[in-house]
Formats: sequence, C-alpha cells, structure tokens
Amino acid sequence: MNTATETTQVYRVYIKTNPQAIWDAITRPEWTERYGYTGLVDFDLRPGGAYQVRASEPFRKESEARGFELPEVIIDGEVIEADPPRKLVHTFRMLMDPQMAAEPFTRITYEIKELDNKVCSLTVTHELEGAPNLAALVNGSLEDQGAGGGHAWVLSELKTLLETGQVFAD
Amino acid sequence: MDDDRVFKALADPTRRFLLDRLFERDGRTLTELESELEMTRFGVMKHLRVVEEAGLVVTRRSGREKFHFLNPVPIRLIHDRWIDKYTERHVSALADLKTQLEEQR
Repeated sequence: MNTATETTQVYRVYIKTNPQAIWDAITRPEWTERYGYTGLVDFDLRPGGAYQVRASEPFRKESEARGFELPEVIIDGEVIEADPPRKLVHTFRMLMDPQMAAEPFTRITYEIKELDNKVCSLTVTHELEGAPNLAALVNGSLEDQGAGGGHAWVLSELKTLLETGQVFAD
Repeated sequence: MDDDRVFKALADPTRRFLLDRLFERDGRTLTELESELEMTRFGVMKHLRVVEEAGLVVTRRSGREKFHFLNPVPIRLIHDRWIDKYTERHVSALADLKTQLEEQR
C-alpha cells in the first residue's frame, strides 16, 4: 500500500447539465463567486499558467468581522493540464491559514464526463500528500469551526446552482 | 444518482461497515477490505458493487490494483435535502447527548 492513495480524496457528483456549463462553473469567477466558498478564481488555462483565488467582498467582510484578516490571494497554484471542457489539473495551496500555507502544494484533478442521458459526472480527485491540515479542511472535518464543508459541500452547492439557478443561501 | 439507491446501500450493516473502514482510511483494495470481513470475496464484491452504484464509493485503477474511495457527496446531498437548516442544531445536540450518555455506560 503506498501512502499516496491513503492521502488522496475522491468526490463525484452527477449534474443534469452539459460539460461546458460545469467547466465554466469551475474556471470563471462570475460562477465561482456564487457557490461554496465564493472565491474569485483567476485561471491562466495552459500548462504552467497561474491559478489564483481572491476572496469575494462578502467573504472578506465576514472574515474581517470575525477578526480574520485575509491575504490578497487566498489560494495559489499552477495549471498542469487544461483540456476544456473535459479535464483540468492544477496545483493548490491554501494561504488563508499559516499552517496550511506551510504545507506542500497539493494537486486537484477535475474530470467531466457526459453520460448518455444528458447527465454529466464530475469527479474531483485531490492528492494531499504531506498536507494533513488542508486535508482536514477539504474533507469537511472543520465545518463545525466555521470552515465550510469542504469538497462535498462545494459540489452539493454547485449541483444545486447548475440545476436550479440558485444556492441554499439565496 | 437517486436517493433510493443511497438509502438502500446504507440499509445494510456490511455495507455501512465497508464505508466506515474507508472513512478511517481511504483508497483500499478489495483484498484489504475483505480481510476485515468474515465473508467470501464474492460477497464483499457484491456489497461493493451496491455502494459503487449508489455513488458512495468511487474506484480508481492503478496498474493491476483497484482502489476504493469513499465519496461523501451523495450523503451530503441527502443531508442538504432532508435536514432542515433550523432543526439541524437540535438534532446535533441530541446526537451529542446520545454519544455522551452511551460513553458513560
């Protein structure tokens, strides 16, 4: 048993939509600010291109109200592979928390598959070797500390947004 | 993925046991999972197929090995669909109370 499979997390959700809609919802800030952590993504979608996330204004205000000053860029990384609208691989480092920022870059793979019945599967694989703090955040273990429900929560909201045009908070 | 499959998959103690093992440590092979059950390989495979069809387990191949990963998204969807935002707090308080009382015994 190698350690990589033990530290890898895999999430899959089925969404009634088309691959391009899912691709846009992952890679465009006007979509990412509407679900989950509401961060504004900035992708340079080519190998070696930069990946950055900035906090949305409501998220920044809420954090400051809780005495939590956010850095300008809250997540950074690099695009490894971009094959729209099927596959996106990028590295990921969380900068909001000093312990997580000190962990090595992790790696996220998004795979979008269109099934025959107008439903797509979206599979998110997060390789988290050497990043136990980030692993706890993204698997939802820190939800009761106000840190959100991780990938499962984000994907649940993404599904709701794409299928109904709304999220729970609307 | 429809809720019926998820509820059906969760309605069996062996399948819940398998999900708990993956929750403890993700990315296991069939050989590892069956070593913890008093059951034939075919029986374990049958149960794994049910949880996989319900979307609760996602498998990944690497060479000759097939690894099983717990996918909590269907449970999250049921949570978001069925657990009312206002009662959630009371429910979790009761669940905490149950845990505390049971630990005291």
